[in-house]
Amino acid sequence: MIEGARWRKWLWFYLPLGAFILALLFPFYWMVVTTVRPDGELYRPWNHPLYSPFWTSNPTFEHVKDLLQETLFNTWMLNTMFIALVATLISLFCGVIAGYALARLTFRWAGVLGTAIFVTYLVPQTLLFIPLAEIIRDYRIGDTPWALILTYPTFLIPFCTWLMMGYFKAIPRELEECARIDGAARWQAMVYIIFPIAVPGILSAGIFAFTLSWNEFIYALVFLSSPEQKTVPVGVTSELIRGDVFFWGSLMAGALIGSIPVAIVYSFFVEHYVAGMTGSVKG
Amino acid sequence: MAQVKLTNLNKKFDGTHAVKDVNLEIRDREFVVLVGPSGCGKTTTLRMVAGLEEISSGDISIDGKVVNNLAPMDRDIAMVFQNYALYPHMTVYDNMAFGLRMRKFERPEIDRRVTHAADVLGIQPLLERRPRQLSGGQRQRVALGRAIVRNPRVFLFDEPLSNLDAALRVQMRVELKRLHERLETTAIYVTHDQVEAMTLGDRVVVMKDGTVQQVGGPLELYDRPANRFVAGFIGSPAMNFIGATLAEANGSLWAEAQGLRVRVPPQKAERLRRHAGQRVVMGLRPETLRPATAADSDYAFDATIDVVEPLGSEILLDVRVGDSPVVARVDPGLRFSARERVRLAFDPARVHFFDATSEAAI
Repeated sequence: MIEGARWRKWLWFYLPLGAFILALLFPFYWMVVTTVRPDGELYRPWNHPLYSPFWTSNPTFEHVKDLLQETLFNTWMLNTMFIALVATLISLFCGVIAGYALARLTFRWAGVLGTAIFVTYLVPQTLLFIPLAEIIRDYRIGDTPWALILTYPTFLIPFCTWLMMGYFKAIPRELEECARIDGAARWQAMVYIIFPIAVPGILSAGIFAFTLSWNEFIYALVFLSSPEQKTVPVGVTSELIRGDVFFWGSLMAGALIGSIPVAIVYSFFVEHYVAGMTGSVKG
Repeated sequence: MAQVKLTNLNKKFDGTHAVKDVNLEIRDREFVVLVGPSGCGKTTTLRMVAGLEEISSGDISIDGKVVNNLAPMDRDIAMVFQNYALYPHMTVYDNMAFGLRMRKFERPEIDRRVTHAADVLGIQPLLERRPRQLSGGQRQRVALGRAIVRNPRVFLFDEPLSNLDAALRVQMRVELKRLHERLETTAIYVTHDQVEAMTLGDRVVVMKDGTVQQVGGPLELYDRPANRFVAGFIGSPAMNFIGATLAEANGSLWAEAQGLRVRVPPQKAERLRRHAGQRVVMGLRPETLRPATAADSDYAFDATIDVVEPLGSEILLDVRVGDSPVVARVDPGLRFSARERVRLAFDPARVHFFDATSEAAI
């Protein structure tokens, strides 16, 4: 029976898990291989004597060099970083405060307001960019980082608010009541007791907001036009695809390097992040 | 040093009237217990005293000063919560020091008070730990410590022992009582457990459906319950209630029910005579019942034993009198068996009668 259990575990657990991991990681692997593959193998592989589809025996950093020297990639990285960070901070600040208010204060329209905030999150970006473009034109912030910094919160704040609301609701009310009896004003109870306990939740919301802003495409495509203002996703795809010519090597290098900051952010906070998603507060 | 006075206190949530016209005067250094079934308004009352719940109408005053609109922090009270509400991200020391820090105490004073409280409660070795590394009893002690370091005017306890297991609960109950005797601070304690209420309270307030049913010392409640609810709530096993009709015969008053005809003791007869011919409820505490002897003829009835529960220190007899189930608590030396017929006598001085409709004691 124990022997049987072992192959069963392989069949039902490790095998599907392996397939899943393979399917998830293969695009990344392909990205890496394409980055280091010389042009000769990329464009006319059939002419290449030692061509193998999943491997290259002549790795080259030529594409990375091209990307960093021939394009404004560094500027795009800085733009993206700046926009994502500021948008995340704004959204996190608003989301934490709004989430706390919706979770704790019992005012008349609290439920309706909560739902209304969530509904704004459901409006697709592909529709919302049209009115937003008007607003951005009216305020003359088109083609500046502020066009994105001020529009990203339209979908980040509802998201952060909802995540934080759920998290705050899981924190026992008594903790705060006890703090208020102990001599803390409401804001002190919030800052000294509730926020420290909510750190995993705040981190999850922050990571999510950062990733969403980092990867955002439509607004960045519509609201920014000059190459030196662009973010990584838009810059890479607009400058490295010219007509029907795809600079595959540099494109993949851009995608690879562009995903590194997000990967770093995730791996740093992964433990808190998991705790935040499962909403565990142990008293 | 504080008196707490509740005057016509009311609390209405949307649609429910949780606390109705509660009047209560708690004397300085008194330990008052609010007890009642869940939803009786006892916790709401306590939370209004704490300032965590707004008052719909009425007044709460501490030492003669109305505190209705005072924030919890300005009432100089401390509260121990049912789930302890320890701050999970702080050490035990910081948990206890938090209130003092918020009140801008000097560091050496904080240190002195926390160390002293930790000594009193025997949690010195735990000061550097976090709440999740503590057992239930230890958490309870930390919660108590956090309350006593501040030296408040009033202690509020909201079912502080109900999350502990039975053995620990008994132990903490004793410790609480000892602590109160030592600190001599006014305390209001909420519980649904009548044993806790009886053992801890100088006075006990029995509540039901938002109203105070009776206020009195533990034995007063036990011996002279104001109504059927208090009579049934205080005491374990609970008082037996038998619906009966009062009838006049041979110059004395008799209570008659199916399978039972007993004399109303002369000392009670005077007041009960007005109810002659009416339905009343007769209340008998299990320990006032015993197997009858020949001398008990008027204060005895026949019963059939359903279940015998030998507990070692006593025997609980679940018997049937007519249709009414009755529990008797008798000497463990006696031998009984199920379906046996017994004749049980009661102590005439300790029989209670209640109005069948108003349920008030007669």
